[in-house]
Order: sequence, then structure tokens, then C-alpha cells
Amino acid sequence: MAKITFDGIEVEVPDGTTILNAARTIGGGIVPPAMCYYTPLKGSGGKCRACLVRVAAGSAKDPRPMPKLVASCVTPVQDGMVVENTTSEQVLNVRKGIVEMLLINHPLDCPVCDQAGECDLQNFAFEHGVSTTRYEEERRTFEKIDIGPLIQLHMTRCILCYRCVYTADQLTEKRVHGVLGRGDAAEIGTYIENIIDNEFSGNVIDVCPVGALTDKTFRFKQRVWFTKPVNAHRDCENPKCCGKVVLWYKGKDVLRITARKDQYGEVKEWICNTCRFDKKETSDWTIEGPAHIDRSSVISANHYELPVLNAQVIADLPESSVRDLEQNPPMRLGN
Amino acid sequence: MQSLSNRAKKLEAKPMTLAERAYLPAIFQGLSITMRHFFRAATKKQVTVRYPEEQRPFSPIFRGLHVLKRDEVGRERCTACGLCAVACPAEAITMVAGERKKGEEGLYREEKYAVSYEVNMLRCIFCGLCEEACPKAAVYLQPDKMAPPRFERDEFIYGKDRLVEPVDPAARSIRGIQLTPEQAQALSQRIAQ
Repeated sequence: MAKITFDGIEVEVPDGTTILNAARTIGGGIVPPAMCYYTPLKGSGGKCRACLVRVAAGSAKDPRPMPKLVASCVTPVQDGMVVENTTSEQVLNVRKGIVEMLLINHPLDCPVCDQAGECDLQNFAFEHGVSTTRYEEERRTFEKIDIGPLIQLHMTRCILCYRCVYTADQLTEKRVHGVLGRGDAAEIGTYIENIIDNEFSGNVIDVCPVGALTDKTFRFKQRVWFTKPVNAHRDCENPKCCGKVVLWYKGKDVLRITARKDQYGEVKEWICNTCRFDKKETSDWTIEGPAHIDRSSVISANHYELPVLNAQVIADLPESSVRDLEQNPPMRLGN
Repeated sequence: MQSLSNRAKKLEAKPMTLAERAYLPAIFQGLSITMRHFFRAATKKQVTVRYPEEQRPFSPIFRGLHVLKRDEVGRERCTACGLCAVACPAEAITMVAGERKKGEEGLYREEKYAVSYEVNMLRCIFCGLCEEACPKAAVYLQPDKMAPPRFERDEFIYGKDRLVEPVDPAARSIRGIQLTPEQAQALSQRIAQ
């Protein structure tokens, strides 16, 4: 076990844990943002630099500070490490620079983009960036590539986080898409426009932090904040698919189906393409209840959940009511 | 109980005089006021306006009927991003988005456009939040137009046919982004061709 101090909060985590995951055990506003790191994907992280933190003391044995800011998602903790994130002016300033860097080639077409409202880059720029741009040069553009009838690729919006590449590599047996080219010319592509027809290819939509890979069946159908997320499940024939999803309703229609995500936007369990694209009827699913949406998200506008009854709030609840609550426990929501 | 402010007035209920108890003088007094106003309408200036034939002058910052603006080459600015609808406190705006097809580049500015855009003028409270929310400078509330009175409720649901401003620069609303004289001339020439 290693004991570290993160933003003045002491936490003990197993050896080999990254700084980011140590911060996540504390939770709350001190957790560094992550654009490329994705817990379910092995090898992800270390590319976007969004999670940079300052290590004020390397370890108990060698308490010198690290010379440069480090990416917290790939740096393991050491006993006695002192890390500064929100308490360091330098980190906050550098993060503004990272936002600017990521937005250099981003088209900023949020009004058109289907990811708007649940976009990691949008949130990241809103929370950590500045509201103006200094970039005047022409932005990078690509020729449009059609990668099949289910997934829409917008290469201009890509920030090259490699999440989709890892997903395709680790989830499917035969990877057909990857990063082509180098440096400024690097792009996500498939050779000779191979159609990604693997049963789990749809998961690249969920892992994409921006609107580069979006659901083609949902394209321009509705803005996400006008749809109502509802948790549902079904018995999927595919043994690798968990069958637990979020249905996004508009009225009576299921417009879109996604996997369930945790508070850091990471998919909990993968779902197959049959569940994602083919089962868009309410009768296909067992409805569990409204999915939990964070209050800070625009999707929570006009989004109502069942109230959570908390018996412990009332100290002197009559015994009959306590018994009643035990027999009919209040509905657990969302996660 | 002692008064806190010392400003309370003591009221005395005096017994009514004979004239007051008779009630008739008070009734005639009230009727005379009514009749005075009744005949005043014919002799002096009226306070009411016969809307819609007559209209009061508009304030320059009046927020009236919506308009969907076009850009300097006559393309629709709206991209159906839905920010006006989410900002609307009265939920008066609905829209359906569509993808621009090849050959429609002269009609719509962006890859996505509003196939239908409806404002329910009965729901709308003309607060102007849609105007503030619009990232494309597409929706404005005109300072010189109001939704005219109609007999049917469904006539107040304004679709794109009544909201989008005309291509002709001369017929455009005076609110929102204005064309420079050169742009207006270029556009008129384009229409003439």
C-alpha cells in the first residue's frame, strides 16, 4: 500500500495504482479530467495531456519534486508522494493551454454535432479553458470517409485519443481500423474503406470523447438534451454482451441505445451491435427506470427521477414506518 | 396594544346622517360619474386604441414576432442546434433537423438545417432568451411586428413559411445582422439573374 497526499487530502491506495485512480478514490471536484484514459481499455492514456498534475514530492525516500508536470493517468503512485492538482496555479494554467491545443484543429461545430451535450471535450473546454481563441490559421480538414451504415466518422472533430483503436483491438478479434499517417496528418481510418462489421464495433461510439464517431442511425434525429434516458435490459443471445443499456426516448420512440456509463463517462459493460442498433422497440426491453443524469449536465433539463427516500434523515421515524420501509425499500436509481 | 410606528390612525364609526341612511343621494352621485364618462367618449379624446386597425407606437427595443435570418448570400442561418428550444422558458419552440443534401448548399449554410421550425406564439412570452442563446445569429425578435390576432388557435403556430425572412434584402426585418450596401446589391443582382 502507498500513502499519497492529493491536493492536501491523504489517501492510501494499493501499489501500482495511477495518480488519477488514486484521485478517483477520493472523488469530487479534485479529480483531474481525462480525455484519452479509459479504465476498461488496457494501454489507454498518456496522449491528451488533460490530466497533467504537479508532483511536489516524488516519494518518501526521494522527496524532490518532479521536474515537469506528469500525466496522472499513466504515472503510478509511490509512498509519500505529494500531488497538486487544483491547488497548483501552474497546473490550471497549463490545462488552459491543453484546451487551446486540443481545440486548434477542432472545427467547433457543436451546433451541428450530435455529441454536443455529452461531449467530454465540450465539458473540458467549458470547465478548464478560456472562452476565446487565438487561432486564426486554417483548420485541418479531411476527405470524408464512409465507414459503414451504422457509424459516422467525422475526422475533423477527432482529438486522436486512440480510445476507439484500443476498443477495436481489445474487444474484437480482427481490427480493421486504426490511426494512419503521422503527426498533423494522422487520422483514424480503415484501409480501403473497410466496413467495420464486427458485432462489437458500435462500442467505439461510446468510447469516443468527442463527436468523431457517432451513431449514424441517430444522426441529426434529436439533440441529446431533448431525449429521455431510461435504463433497460434484455437477455442478449451474445454471451459477451451484457444486455444492460440506456434507451434514449423522444416521446414513445427509442431514438438511440447506448451502454451504461459511470460518473467519469466510462462504459461499465460493453454491448453488442444487435442491442445497440436493431432493438429499437420498447417491447424488446425490460424497463428499469429513468437513468441518473448529473445535475451539471444539460441533459438534466426537464429530466425527472423518482425521489429517493432516505429513512436515516428522519431520526425518530415511527417503528411501523421503519418496518414498512424495510419491506418495501425505496427504488434504487441509476447506478 | 401600543402601535409600533405611531402612525396608526384611529377610526371613529360615527352614526350615519339621515342623508346617508337614505342611500339615494349616494346612488345618484355614482350614476352621475358613470354618465359623465359615458358622454365623455363622444366629446373628448379616447383612451382606448382600436387594435388591430390602430396600433400604438413601438419602442425601438420592442420584442415582437420572431424572424429566422438569412446570411449575406441568402442561405438560412439556422442549423437546428436546439439551443433556443432548451433556453425557452415557455417551451414554445420545436424543430426537426435534417441533413443538407448535395446541391442544397445555396439554401442552407450548414451541413444540418431545420426541416421544420415552429414557434407557438400563444405559448411564447417574448422574453428574447432564444435570441440570446442562438450561436448562429439566426433567430431574432422583430421590434416592429406583433403576432396579429386570429380566430383559430392553430393559426398561432408559426412554421418556417412565416418565420424565415424573405431573400430580397429590401423586404428584410430591421432586426439582427444587417447586410452592407454592397452585400445587398450583390444579393439583389443574384436574385435578378
